Amino acid sequence: MEKKEYLDLYHQMVAIRRMEERAAELYQQGKIGGFLHLYIGQEAVSTGLIAPRTPDDRVITAYRDHGVAYNCGLSAREIIAELLGKATGCSKGKGGSMHMADVKKNYWGGHAIVGAHLPLAAGLALGDLYSKTPGVTICMFGDGATNIGYFHEALNLSKVWNLPVLWVCENNQYGMGTAVDRASAVSDIRKKADGYAILNDEVDGMDVLAVKEASAKMLEEIRAGGGPRFLEINTYRFRGHSMGDPERYRKADEVHRYQENDPIGMFRKYLIAAGIASEEEIVKLEDVIEEEVRDAVEFAENSPEPAPEELYTNVYFETY
Amino acid sequence: MARLTMREAISQALWEEMERDPKVFIMGEEVGVWGGTYAVTKGFYDHFGADRVRDTPISEAAIIGGGIGAALTGLRPVAELMTINFAFSAMDHIVNEAAKMHYMFGGQMVLPLVIRTVGGGGRQLGATHSQTPDAIFAHFPGLVVVAPGTPADAKGLLKAAIRSNDPVMFIEHATLYQTRGEVPEGDYIVPIGKSTIQRPGKDVTIVTYSKMLELSLKAADQLAKEGIEAEIVDLRTLRPLDMDPVIESFKKTNRAVIVEEGWKSYGVGSEITARIYEEAFDYVDAPVKRVAQKEVPLPYNRTLEQSAIPNVEDIIQAVKEVL
Ligand SMILES: Cc1ncc(C[n+]2csc(CCOP(=O)(O)OP(=O)(O)O)c2C)c(N)n1
Ligand SMILES: [Mg+2]
Repeated sequence: MEKKEYLDLYHQMVAIRRMEERAAELYQQGKIGGFLHLYIGQEAVSTGLIAPRTPDDRVITAYRDHGVAYNCGLSAREIIAELLGKATGCSKGKGGSMHMADVKKNYWGGHAIVGAHLPLAAGLALGDLYSKTPGVTICMFGDGATNIGYFHEALNLSKVWNLPVLWVCENNQYGMGTAVDRASAVSDIRKKADGYAILNDEVDGMDVLAVKEASAKMLEEIRAGGGPRFLEINTYRFRGHSMGDPERYRKADEVHRYQENDPIGMFRKYLIAAGIASEEEIVKLEDVIEEEVRDAVEFAENSPEPAPEELYTNVYFETY
Repeated sequence: MARLTMREAISQALWEEMERDPKVFIMGEEVGVWGGTYAVTKGFYDHFGADRVRDTPISEAAIIGGGIGAALTGLRPVAELMTINFAFSAMDHIVNEAAKMHYMFGGQMVLPLVIRTVGGGGRQLGATHSQTPDAIFAHFPGLVVVAPGTPADAKGLLKAAIRSNDPVMFIEHATLYQTRGEVPEGDYIVPIGKSTIQRPGKDVTIVTYSKMLELSLKAADQLAKEGIEAEIVDLRTLRPLDMDPVIESFKKTNRAVIVEEGWKSYGVGSEITARIYEEAFDYVDAPVKRVAQKEVPLPYNRTLEQSAIPNVEDIIQAVKEVL
């Protein structure tokens, strides 16, 4: 891997962290409404996962989607603008935090009904299989989502039809306040894939390079016609489920313990220790990112609200 | 009488019913350790224990299907759907099982099941999380659909729902939890299937329920300043629908506005309007007006969203149009 690639991974993770921190502030200021599910702590997951994808590969995820959007190539500007509900947002201000997409970048959203996008992912993969186009669909979901029927129907179908889909469970240990072992009959979530004879593996989601490697390997196998694969990525969310989570279900110690393994801090140390970049270079990059996010917030704040007529656009494609 | 919030009133009804009858228990997502997404069941887990306040996986079909099964054995589950938007994930069990089993098996099977859930828009949650699909559920015979608009009714109707031997969808409104009102203490029951007059008047009848009751009362106060006295009928139960107070009021005022938060097409207003024409045609002095949500999925942007859901001005304007 070239130096540039390492720094690019670092850039993405730090940009996501800074965006999310600013988003939390904007939420406190009342500029963002509704729900806001932050990705802080999980940056290495989508960054490593999406790094090896080709432009043909599709990505679809749940509502914890801002970071994923950035990894798919959406700009901080259009992400923050969407959070502020502005016309310049990736969903024109109509979707908000949970419903971001950019179809041109093969980023298929941002879905807020838990597990409901898994069958959609099977369909996206069917599209490529049917049309003999080269894409693989990467479908991300939480540990909690593996307990809803949609998950099981989608996995089963993907195997029966040998669909080119990579199922990715982001196991951050909780679905809202429910710890994995309180909600899932098997806490080793990847074993659920065994029930559908889907080859599976797990990887440390705090290690961006490990995630990237695991993802690259599986994408290759799927691309070669191997059918679906399942990757469990173990991670942790440092913040509450959404804003205003009383967090009665976990102890501060536990959070601190995970924070010691901050995926960004660890990767930063690694870059320096392995002689890939100097502290100075990294600080310079961090300044660039700081500026990128500052600019994005400014852009979003200065962007226009959607026009009132937008209320009625896009209800249907056709005109009746 | 105590002045309670809607949240407190609902919580009190649940608490008292659980104290009264050991067959009553709660199951749903985040009802236990978290204390309820809307804090309605805060403190329940510690007091009643994990057997009676059961945190479930994210499995709506199993919550409702499981609730049905437990109810068939004589228990009285309060199965909670975190929001009504997730009821679609349990639709088969609500529609094909809960609503039909008593009838289809010739009355043998009895389902004392309450499905507690919450709907409504106006909180910038986007299209999937802001719906008011109450009318859809009211479409199905065999299902009881209740949607209170005041804390007192919430308490009394929830108690009635828990004691009912029919499956009841109990639909709360997310932006009413902080609303305060007088709530009778102790065993206060409001009968299911009874509409009521929430404000007397002689010039026009406003028919509404749930959150839109609050807005209609505000509209009526403003109209009163202009000398227009609106009578407000609160449906409280959408099915079985009690039209008597509506028809009685309409025979007096000869004019009606129906206010609902959900979409207008095929909605509650459509039903009430048709019933007025069917049952009181000779008393009609002006076409009945409906105030409802614009026919779009709700957008995230605050201004756009607000422009799509009914407001006090819309109600006042509709009233003036029928006068
Ligand atoms: C069908 C459905 N049920 C419930 C919810 C409410 N809800 C939103 S997120 C969530 C927890 C999901 O946990 P997990 O899948 O682990 O994802 P995480 O939030 O940890 O990323 C729940 C219960 C929902 N959005 N959809
Ligand atoms: Mg989770």
